[in-house]
Amino acid sequence: MNDVLTVRGLSVTVRDTALVSDVDLTVGAGERVGLIGESGSGKSLTALSILGLLPEDVRAGGSVRLDGVDHELVGADERRMSRVRGRDIAMVFQEPMTALNPTMRIGDQITESMLIHRSRTKAAARTAAADLLELVQLPTGTLRAYPHQLSGGQRQRVVLALALANDPALLICDEPTTALDVTVQALVLDLIVRGVVDRSSALLFITHDLAVVATVCERVLVMYGGRVVEAGPVNEVFTRPRHRYTEGLLAASDLESTSRRLTTIPGNVPPAGRFPSGCVFRTRCAHATALCEETPAWTGSETEGFACHHPAGVADA
Amino acid sequence: MPDIHDPEAPTAIRVVDLVRDYPRPRTSLLQPAPVVRALRGVSLEVKQGERFGIVGESGCGKSTLLRLIAALDRATSGHVIVEDTDITRLPECRLRSLRENLQLVFQDPMSSLDPRMRVRDIIAEPLVVQGHPASGQRVRELLEAVGLSADAGDRYPHQFSGGQRQRISIARALAPRPRILIADEPVSALDVSVRAQVLNLISDLVDELNLTLVFVSHDLSVVKHVCDRVAVMNAGQIVETGYTGDVYAAPQHPYTQRLVSAIPTLQRALSGATTADLLAKGESA
Repeated sequence: MNDVLTVRGLSVTVRDTALVSDVDLTVGAGERVGLIGESGSGKSLTALSILGLLPEDVRAGGSVRLDGVDHELVGADERRMSRVRGRDIAMVFQEPMTALNPTMRIGDQITESMLIHRSRTKAAARTAAADLLELVQLPTGTLRAYPHQLSGGQRQRVVLALALANDPALLICDEPTTALDVTVQALVLDLIVRGVVDRSSALLFITHDLAVVATVCERVLVMYGGRVVEAGPVNEVFTRPRHRYTEGLLAASDLESTSRRLTTIPGNVPPAGRFPSGCVFRTRCAHATALCEETPAWTGSETEGFACHHPAGVADA
Repeated sequence: MPDIHDPEAPTAIRVVDLVRDYPRPRTSLLQPAPVVRALRGVSLEVKQGERFGIVGESGCGKSTLLRLIAALDRATSGHVIVEDTDITRLPECRLRSLRENLQLVFQDPMSSLDPRMRVRDIIAEPLVVQGHPASGQRVRELLEAVGLSADAGDRYPHQFSGGQRQRISIARALAPRPRILIADEPVSALDVSVRAQVLNLISDLVDELNLTLVFVSHDLSVVKHVCDRVAVMNAGQIVETGYTGDVYAAPQHPYTQRLVSAIPTLQRALSGATTADLLAKGESA
């Protein structure tokens, strides 16, 4: 399996503050990879730097390569990036309200994405747009509707249709269902999975919801404080977590347990740039020792491993 | 474990056939103004000391129901009886006992705290408004009860994280020593690790202070964790009421069945459930 996306040593900084450090990540063709973490963990910044959409004065370093694109994506100029965006990489954002142009009809927005990249003729783009809407289970009449006439779930489906319009090699979804109700979420998740499976596109799925990741993805990366702290197959990471943060996160979200009290992670997620040196989790970790002041090395392979001095699941931690 | 409450326990909140219509602006000279029927005849009963959950998706009327129970809005017809007082038609000046006995915690901890007030003033405000002496001692007590340090009182809301702000909201709600606490999606805006802390806090305080809890959420798994009984709302009506365990394990109404099967859970996902399974309707759990 060839890798569609290869990220090496990605870092994101704003002035002197490191927001994301040293992120390695690969997504193979047809593979569904989840990126989980709480707010402020750097998961959205990682996605934005892959697309080259970082705000001004926020800088990315390291390397992002996409299969089929012959240049480095980090630091590529706008002219080259706009040819990649929407064609090779597409993104579904969290807020379907702001992701669509309020002054354009849905049909025009979907055809525009195909016309800009010259992937289809005008007539073919029209038919393709109708097919895409059918794919996301919206009536053909939606082509003539404006975004404000649609509900949140319908808009998110339009955004998905738009993202899939050019059969991207990589689809990035950033919390696509956080703003939606559960029954609508179920539909949108199913459409996303079917959309990428049909095209054998790679999927990078960002969320804070462990259950959603477990349902959608095959492999998962756990981020905290701008670093990947653990990675591995979903079944492995969620049943036998090695990093203490993953372990705490799993316990805190276990609402199924019969006891009234939930296990918690003490303290709060520090604001960006205020994470401790060394192991980013050491200020909230019950197992932290003096050793944790040093940045823990990555243990394991690139697709499966963790960065912790006192990993869980070892007798003498 | 959810203790089964004594059916003889006195009723804290009784809602009888509650209807709330919102008229919309006229769109035609000839036709009457259209009406949104937010609540279409809701009846429920919450016993004292019970933890009662209300679940439903956006637009189902759960917030309207809360606003009517808290007398922040007027019903079109029907009755709300809180601790033997029918509050449905009472004028504001006679709602004083309700304002003391029933307090709210809102969803968004960013917008429910006045950004220009110090935390100690925010917490003391319900006391001041009701003419109680707001001693520094009581404020410190409340801060401690919700797990904040005493010097937090001198700071402003923006200096706190989401979870801490929700603790401040809870401290404010508890200030007048209410007997009923209503929480409207109190953990929806919080991160998972912080959500667990706030749920534990609410749970502990309800036990310690013997409160009646009405907990509203769109998330059935959170409600299942916190509440003894639950009412499922859809389109302005309660479609199913029962003990949370029963409703979750064997939903009766088709809407509840769809809702329960749409919730992604780790256990189901790890045993191989895919997104298609979330859509499976009326699947027996």
